[in-house]
Amino acid sequence: MKMKRRDFLKGAAGSLALLTLDGKVVDARSVEALPPHALGILYDSTLCVGCNACMAACKEANQMVPEASNGQKLWDNPRDLSAQTLNIIKKYSSGSGIHKDQDQDGYAFIKRQCLHCVDPSCVTACPVSALTKDKETGIVGYNRDACIGCRYCQVACPYNIPKFEWDDPYPEIVKCQLCSHLVAKGGISACCSVCPTGASLFGPVAELLEETRRRLQMKPGRQYDFPVSSIDSGKSHRFKAPRYIRQVYGREELGGTQVMYMSAVPFERFGLPSFPKESFVSMASGIQYAIYKGMVYPLVVLAGLVFMVKKNKNSEEADENTPPTDQGAHHE
Amino acid sequence: MSDHAKPLGGRICTPTFLICLLVVGIALYFAGKRFLYGIGSVTNMNDGFPWGLWIAYDVVVGTAFACGGYVMALMVYILNRGEFHPLVRPALLASMFGYTLAGISVFLDIGRYLNVYNLYLPWQMNFHSVMFEVAMCIGTYIFVLWLEFTPAFVERWQLKNFEKRLNRVIFALIALGVLLPTMHQSSLGTMMLMAGYKLSPLWHTSTLPLLFLLTALFMGFAMVVFEATISSRVYRLGDETSILAQIGRIMSWILAIYLLIRFQNIFMRGEMGTAFSGSFLGNMFLLENLMLLIGLFLLASARYRTNPRLLFIAALAVLIGGSLFRFNTYIIGFDPGTGWKYFPSVGEQMITYGLIAFEIAAYTLFVKVFPVFSASHAADANQ
Ligand code: SF4
Ligand code: SF4
Ligand code: SF4
Repeated sequence: MKMKRRDFLKGAAGSLALLTLDGKVVDARSVEALPPHALGILYDSTLCVGCNACMAACKEANQMVPEASNGQKLWDNPRDLSAQTLNIIKKYSSGSGIHKDQDQDGYAFIKRQCLHCVDPSCVTACPVSALTKDKETGIVGYNRDACIGCRYCQVACPYNIPKFEWDDPYPEIVKCQLCSHLVAKGGISACCSVCPTGASLFGPVAELLEETRRRLQMKPGRQYDFPVSSIDSGKSHRFKAPRYIRQVYGREELGGTQVMYMSAVPFERFGLPSFPKESFVSMASGIQYAIYKGMVYPLVVLAGLVFMVKKNKNSEEADENTPPTDQGAHHE
Repeated sequence: MSDHAKPLGGRICTPTFLICLLVVGIALYFAGKRFLYGIGSVTNMNDGFPWGLWIAYDVVVGTAFACGGYVMALMVYILNRGEFHPLVRPALLASMFGYTLAGISVFLDIGRYLNVYNLYLPWQMNFHSVMFEVAMCIGTYIFVLWLEFTPAFVERWQLKNFEKRLNRVIFALIALGVLLPTMHQSSLGTMMLMAGYKLSPLWHTSTLPLLFLLTALFMGFAMVVFEATISSRVYRLGDETSILAQIGRIMSWILAIYLLIRFQNIFMRGEMGTAFSGSFLGNMFLLENLMLLIGLFLLASARYRTNPRLLFIAALAVLIGGSLFRFNTYIIGFDPGTGWKYFPSVGEQMITYGLIAFEIAAYTLFVKVFPVFSASHAADANQ
């Protein structure tokens, strides 16, 4: 909150300065950089066994009710992310679907949740700053007391993450907030703390990136140690290294994300689009900035318009012999 | 000019008026349902299509229809084309209701309506957000439109003191009435840039802001022609074809520029193939532009546009083409990719019909009670 107010004052002062700088405008907005203590998750599809422990833990940690998509009310079995599901393990399968982490006749898992983008579209989209990116941790959080429910964040998020409580008379936007309430108490995200294999690994993004580099250098088939829960937990398991796709999803996509994926099957199979490095955010707000330059241009234009209206209106009124009762604006 | 706008008088409870009220009544029922049981209970909007008919029609298309006041003010007060003066007030009235009802629709559409005050808290404002700019502009413009229309109230009720005060600021109001729509109508285009790959390349282009501004202009003019033609028939105001044909000529220029930019842009981005691929979206693109081409064809010829019937058909084609462009950009060309589908539900449609009906009812009421039409403006136009 305080941050925001200061930002605003800075902005206001900035636009005043602009007025005196005769048109020399500070450059448009640049792509955001990774915050210093960015936290994130590295999800390694090859380590995931599809036990769904993370889904149950996520619901419990965030007080969400189980959902059933198959008519049975016994099991939590959501079809996709929803207003009650912040985190879901989905399965890709092809052909006979028997070999794990194989593109043909195989299957693989993927964890879908908010990726906590480095340059989040949702944050740029939100008119009232209900979605914010923490300056330290980079966690993209939601403030329901500010949200007006316009759903522009849903339109803007390239990963279709924010969900809306359609059946609530006073609905909220729902999405993973990286268990910021647990992190604030020194903990780690619920999904990572219960993950038995270390497929979901919590930690500082810088260290997670280091870990992705280590994994990409592993010789497929050899045994290595893989950390469990969080990168600095000290716990680890030994596994055979898989044949990774030579790409870490989220490293560069649209400016990068703090939740990253590694996998042995191509990411498009999971419905993860291949994105350019530049975010749509910089495109849209770049244009907005070029046109408005911090509202200085509109003010100048307004002054010009007032002048013209005054001139045209006066000359028009002078032309007429206006009766005394009749000086209404649009009237002669 | 000796024409004074006068109330038309006459019976208010006409059959049209009563039918409109009935439709409004049905819409009120669904609006009540929405507030009691949530947006999902009335609409088919979903997490893949977070915006539906209410945003696409009531706001995005509806405010373009309501650009008549904007374009007429632009003509008369900025470009000093005084001959269009008699058309200003009726256009303003329609704009006032168009925008007001868009505002009401937004109120139904946004989930957390009690939080709207956050838009006005400096520390909550997000200047990077196109939505913020659009919300602020439209909100302010609704207010400006009512003030711009107040001279009609002033004349009706002889509010002398208020008139003096109003006359001191009216310049600023008119100027704002030109600036604000220029800003938010183009920003309605900027808005969908954020949708990125979810919007078909036939509509996703960095030219969207310009295309939206141009559609707002020609749809505003088309609406003036449309409304003037209908009201001069219904209220027997006399023949206005000559002044409306002049508007038609201006429209033909804007249409030509628009179509040039539109096709040039599609061509440069190598999307011509998509446009003519015969796919559903390709056909929607062609249909949208075909309507505008028909409009351009009719309006570009002096012979056609001075024929009241052809002029009316041209205005209609332009309104349909422009609306299609906006619908395509907001819903039809939008595909979030995860198999989501959307078609407006009955309740959703009823609320939109209700808003339109309210607009018609309120318009007919106002022209009878307040001085809107100048009875002799046909004569003026012909001078
Ligand atoms: S994934 Fe979507 S919701 Fe999450 S931070 Fe990125 S843009 Fe926002
Ligand atoms: S729905 Fe809420 S969180 Fe999303 S953009 Fe609108 S105000 Fe912001
Ligand atoms: S970080 Fe927390 S909220 Fe996000 S998916 Fe994991 S458990 Fe759920």
